[in-house]
Amino acid sequence: MSATVQDSVVITHDVGLHARPSVKLTKLAKGFAAAVEIATTAEGPWIDAKSIVKVMAMKARQGATLHVRAMGADAQAAVEAVAGLVRRDFDEAGHGP
Amino acid sequence: MKPAMGRRHSGTGASDGLFMGPARSIAGRSAAPRVAADPDSERAALAAALAGATGGIATLMTRVEGDAADMLGFQLAMLEDDALAAPAFAGIAAGLPADIAFATAMNAEIAGYDASDDEYFRARSADLADIRDRVLRVLAGEDLAGAEAGVVLTGDDLAPSLFLETDWSRGGAIALRRGSSTSHVAMLARARGIPMVVGLGEALSETAGTLMVDGSTGTVTADPDAAEQVAFASALARHSAARAAEERFLLQPARRRDGAPVEVLVNVAGVEELDGIDPASCDGIGLMRSEFLFRDGADLPDEEMQYHAYRRFLEWAGGKPVTIRTLDIGGDKPIRGLTPEGEANPFLGLRGVRLTLARAEVFRTQLRALARSAVHGNLKVMIPMVTVPDELARSAALLAACLAQLEAAGTPHAAPPLGIMVEVPAVAVAPELFGAARFLSIGSNDLTQYVTAAARDDARVAPLNDPGHPAVLRLIAQVADYGRQTGIPVSLCGDMASEPRHLAALLGAGLTSLSVAPARLARVKAAIAEL
Repeated sequence: MSATVQDSVVITHDVGLHARPSVKLTKLAKGFAAAVEIATTAEGPWIDAKSIVKVMAMKARQGATLHVRAMGADAQAAVEAVAGLVRRDFDEAGHGP
Repeated sequence: MKPAMGRRHSGTGASDGLFMGPARSIAGRSAAPRVAADPDSERAALAAALAGATGGIATLMTRVEGDAADMLGFQLAMLEDDALAAPAFAGIAAGLPADIAFATAMNAEIAGYDASDDEYFRARSADLADIRDRVLRVLAGEDLAGAEAGVVLTGDDLAPSLFLETDWSRGGAIALRRGSSTSHVAMLARARGIPMVVGLGEALSETAGTLMVDGSTGTVTADPDAAEQVAFASALARHSAARAAEERFLLQPARRRDGAPVEVLVNVAGVEELDGIDPASCDGIGLMRSEFLFRDGADLPDEEMQYHAYRRFLEWAGGKPVTIRTLDIGGDKPIRGLTPEGEANPFLGLRGVRLTLARAEVFRTQLRALARSAVHGNLKVMIPMVTVPDELARSAALLAACLAQLEAAGTPHAAPPLGIMVEVPAVAVAPELFGAARFLSIGSNDLTQYVTAAARDDARVAPLNDPGHPAVLRLIAQVADYGRQTGIPVSLCGDMASEPRHLAALLGAGLTSLSVAPARLARVKAAIAEL
């Protein structure tokens, strides 16, 4: 069994992990074979990053630290991709003034 | 039955504009209750309804773009997630009929969103209700078509997909007992120019017949009498004429009623915005927020990249002034690795020039890029969050060092004038300490926040954060007065300059230069012509 890969990243998006970022995050996570999970504290609870219903229910806001972990063959790539998306502000330019 | 009282309902305006037409309730279209069958049939019925709703949204998505497509994309992703209906299928297994099982599961989910203290997440409950109602309508075999053209839709809240299915070709309006001005449907209504009022309360349920909706004042009048209808029709005509008249001012220089000129510039925050603005419609760029180059998590932009970006703005402006503000991060604009983490009070912490002076290598790269771009137009460089003269002096020394290096290397460059933002109250109170500044630009957003001690991003104290507070206006007048006495140019680049209701106070304070949101150019110029 492959090891668990883990990382954490601060959510900088203006309104947090809301509808559009959640759609992006879950679509990205679904592209990996690994089980991908996210949490707002290192202790969990860990949420299936491929389920938008569960991701939205976290109501993670701007400023929250998002912990990302994955288990499986492409776990390293999955964690890098998901954390990278959050770090790039979900590829949405333009914070308010 | 005619309501005995409350013909005039007050709510919150969510989308500007006026409309009068017949009321159409969006509720009360439910058919007879379903007759439940055995769990296997109910399970199949719910699965079919979910597939039907998914297909319906996918079809709608092909007809829209932008925010509407994002909203439907969210609904589609929710519907495609097995976790959404899992509790409903569990309910069916426990003996519930499909519609009750699904409604119960969705209502529990919606309650979770309604309970959030974050307005954005609360507003998403309307999307969940939209999904619920769409699936239930398919289960009940109802027609999903939207309302006919030219009506006022009324109800508790309006599903965004129903908005998209409604024919707005002959206008229309939306009057909701609940709802939110930050909802998807409010965003759609503003984009489409459909007047919308939310939060009208339960009294609205009594209404039928004709409704007059004023999205600007947030009022709805039910069954207006003949005189009211005539008054409304003339208000509508004035409103349409005013919008059309404003557009005529777009390409004209702004002048007050007595002919006195007012400079109107634009605030921009990215290169892509330039495509939508005609340089002839403004007197230049009053504020270019350079933060757009600094993306959180990305590498810091190098000198070459910054130089090319700044040059784009200068070439676009073609000789008109372009004021570029040096990096203003921190506060509500964190960038990891650059801004400090864990500040107890980031708006009062290391932000703006405080941060760039602490990270001189970042500041120097930006100043070099600015000096190099200055040969391509009329560049001014503005320092944000200045509190004491020393910060301006140290910034000027850094710029001078950069200029000397560029000179020594034979790199083309020019020395841009250095000015400051007036946003820290200390500067607004004692502007005479900053005689070295070549220009002053009042940042009324932060100035208001600091003078009223009310955060810009907290809805609970939003009413206190009022740029029209006499104390804020007095400080603005004082800075304008200082500029007149010394000949130092003063302008204002905060949001209040884009609000016609504040213009009389700003011009009255002696300001003759304003920088506004590009979309507000015509309206601001038209309002100035009246003053």
